[in-house]
Amino acid sequence: MLPKLPHNELIELCRKMLVIRHFEEALIDLYEKNEFRGHYHVYIGQEATGVPALACVQDGDYLFSTHRNHGHLLARGADPGRLFAEILGRRDGYNKGKGGTFHSVVPSLGFHHTSAIVAGILPLAAGTAYAAKRLKSGRVTVALFGDGALEEGAAAEAFNLASLNKLPVLFLCENNGGRQRGAAAAPSASMAAFPLTDIPRAYKIAARQVNGADAGAVHAAVAEALAKVRAGEGPQFIEALTVRWPGNEASWPIAPAKTSVALAWNVEPVPEAARGWYRDNDPVLIFVRELVGAKVATREEIAKIEQTVQAAIQEAVRFALASPYPEPETALEDVFA
Amino acid sequence: MREMAYYEAKLAALRELLAEDERVHLIGGSFFSQSPRRALFGEIQKSFRERILPVPISELGYCGLAIGAALAGLRPIVDLSTGSFIYEAWPQVVNEAANVFYMSAGQTRAPVVFHLFHGIRGGGAAQHSASPQAMFWNAPGLEIVLPSSPRDVKGLLKTAVRSENPTIFVDHVGLLESRGMVPDDEAIPFGQADIKRAGSDITVIATSLMVQRSLKVAEDLAREGIGVEVVDPRTLVPLDLATLLASVEKTGRVVIVDECHQSCGVAAELSARIAEEGFDKLKGPIRRVATYDVPVPYSPPLEEFIGPTEARIAAAIRAALG
Repeated sequence: MLPKLPHNELIELCRKMLVIRHFEEALIDLYEKNEFRGHYHVYIGQEATGVPALACVQDGDYLFSTHRNHGHLLARGADPGRLFAEILGRRDGYNKGKGGTFHSVVPSLGFHHTSAIVAGILPLAAGTAYAAKRLKSGRVTVALFGDGALEEGAAAEAFNLASLNKLPVLFLCENNGGRQRGAAAAPSASMAAFPLTDIPRAYKIAARQVNGADAGAVHAAVAEALAKVRAGEGPQFIEALTVRWPGNEASWPIAPAKTSVALAWNVEPVPEAARGWYRDNDPVLIFVRELVGAKVATREEIAKIEQTVQAAIQEAVRFALASPYPEPETALEDVFA
Repeated sequence: MREMAYYEAKLAALRELLAEDERVHLIGGSFFSQSPRRALFGEIQKSFRERILPVPISELGYCGLAIGAALAGLRPIVDLSTGSFIYEAWPQVVNEAANVFYMSAGQTRAPVVFHLFHGIRGGGAAQHSASPQAMFWNAPGLEIVLPSSPRDVKGLLKTAVRSENPTIFVDHVGLLESRGMVPDDEAIPFGQADIKRAGSDITVIATSLMVQRSLKVAEDLAREGIGVEVVDPRTLVPLDLATLLASVEKTGRVVIVDECHQSCGVAAELSARIAEEGFDKLKGPIRRVATYDVPVPYSPPLEEFIGPTEARIAAAIRAALG
């Protein structure tokens, strides 16, 4: 369903989802051309979680992300050129090439520290929430992490501390089926607790599941949870369930197809093995169909938005590739304040 | 300036820091471990209730909470009590706090202080007697502070809390009852070694409780006419190598006394730095007196045997003097 938002905001959600999708697909191209190296993670298939969820936060709120952070930063309005530059290890990157794909931060957007240790941010999120509560700043904290984070002890300790102290934090668990290798609604081979919401509930944290491919459901759930957090009701937990993008099945992302909004009505161009996901589970294409179905926009209008996004992404790639590598000696800077 | 006990100086520092800056919050224990002086913390609790967070037995969780609170503008001092417990918080301290500033290319700061008591305290056995400072020295991004006197504990704690960086404040329960002169209002800058006793025959570099133990040995040896200079680095990160080298230049002979295990311990790194930078000043090999490379045992004679005892320190000094 569509989020209950004005027309221009719905269009903006669509634009941001397309920015993320085309950014990540361009990133996979860059990797395949050896423009950067190392392990990396893309946000494809989770756009309808991050974009509407982060539309609910306010300037000054504390946001934490993980190794899968590109989509979160872009959803808050990060500049694709500077994010590409960071991932390519270039001087104009958000962290001057010191953080890379795992650790991109944009403090002005609320992302002060991004950890690639799966549950690393959960205690930190309890900490920013503690500070906000004690300083009475009215700021809330949102931690976005994957289902694998719940396998680390840091998650349990953070839930306990947040609940004991009624801290203003939303734990948003994005269950992309990564640990289940398929149906996110089934118990996993690596986590005895099921459903995952049983874990925060054991700590008396209000928890619910939501379809992470349903932008309207995510927006409603996050808006409601954040209202409770802001009202001082203590921590909240949401598990957003998505079906794993087939490109994530290997250790490194492999795009089975290039996304185009035209796929929303015809998935024939997608190779057969991946066709079902694009037809039934792709959150961007679902959202596009909903916009057209509700007559918020026409197919042509959305295609035009996509063209603009694609041009901007290509320009961002050019910017990043033109950015020089940092001087080697700068590796010795920024150890201490 | 007045004479006071170490525990009084430390308590005064905490009280003054809390009074001067509302961002200072205390998270965790009593800051006096299991010592009889822990009751003193009650006075602080009464005066600053809103700025003290009691915590569950969740070192990983509450160290992370403190780091997060520092990211959001507080100046938390976390008390882990027994130093060994910081191993439970290792991922947050070493993999998050130490990296925050660097990974963000200087955009994000984590001004948090981790306070702990290191070392052999008597009956602590292998899991309550750790000296983890050398391990932290191998994790760039953390400042490491080791007070050894009432003046130092007060002045260094002030600087630690005001620092913009994550700081490991490594205390020792064996120091709590020591006494000394303490200025009224002093913050001791990091990276300034202190010559605790002047002497011309040999340099003893010592940290924490080992400073007091080395001073005792120096006094004994003075009766034999041996002039021992005791130098206390006070902070390992940043390290005042210049003062150490100046002393080595004067005496030509060095013994390093430290309670870490010997291999890759604090004494090992100090030896390497002095050998690299001051080899031409040395009249003989650098000698280390550190804890033997075994887990800390429980039984008193076993525990006594493995640490840097006065007898071992004296023997090392005599050996170095030939």
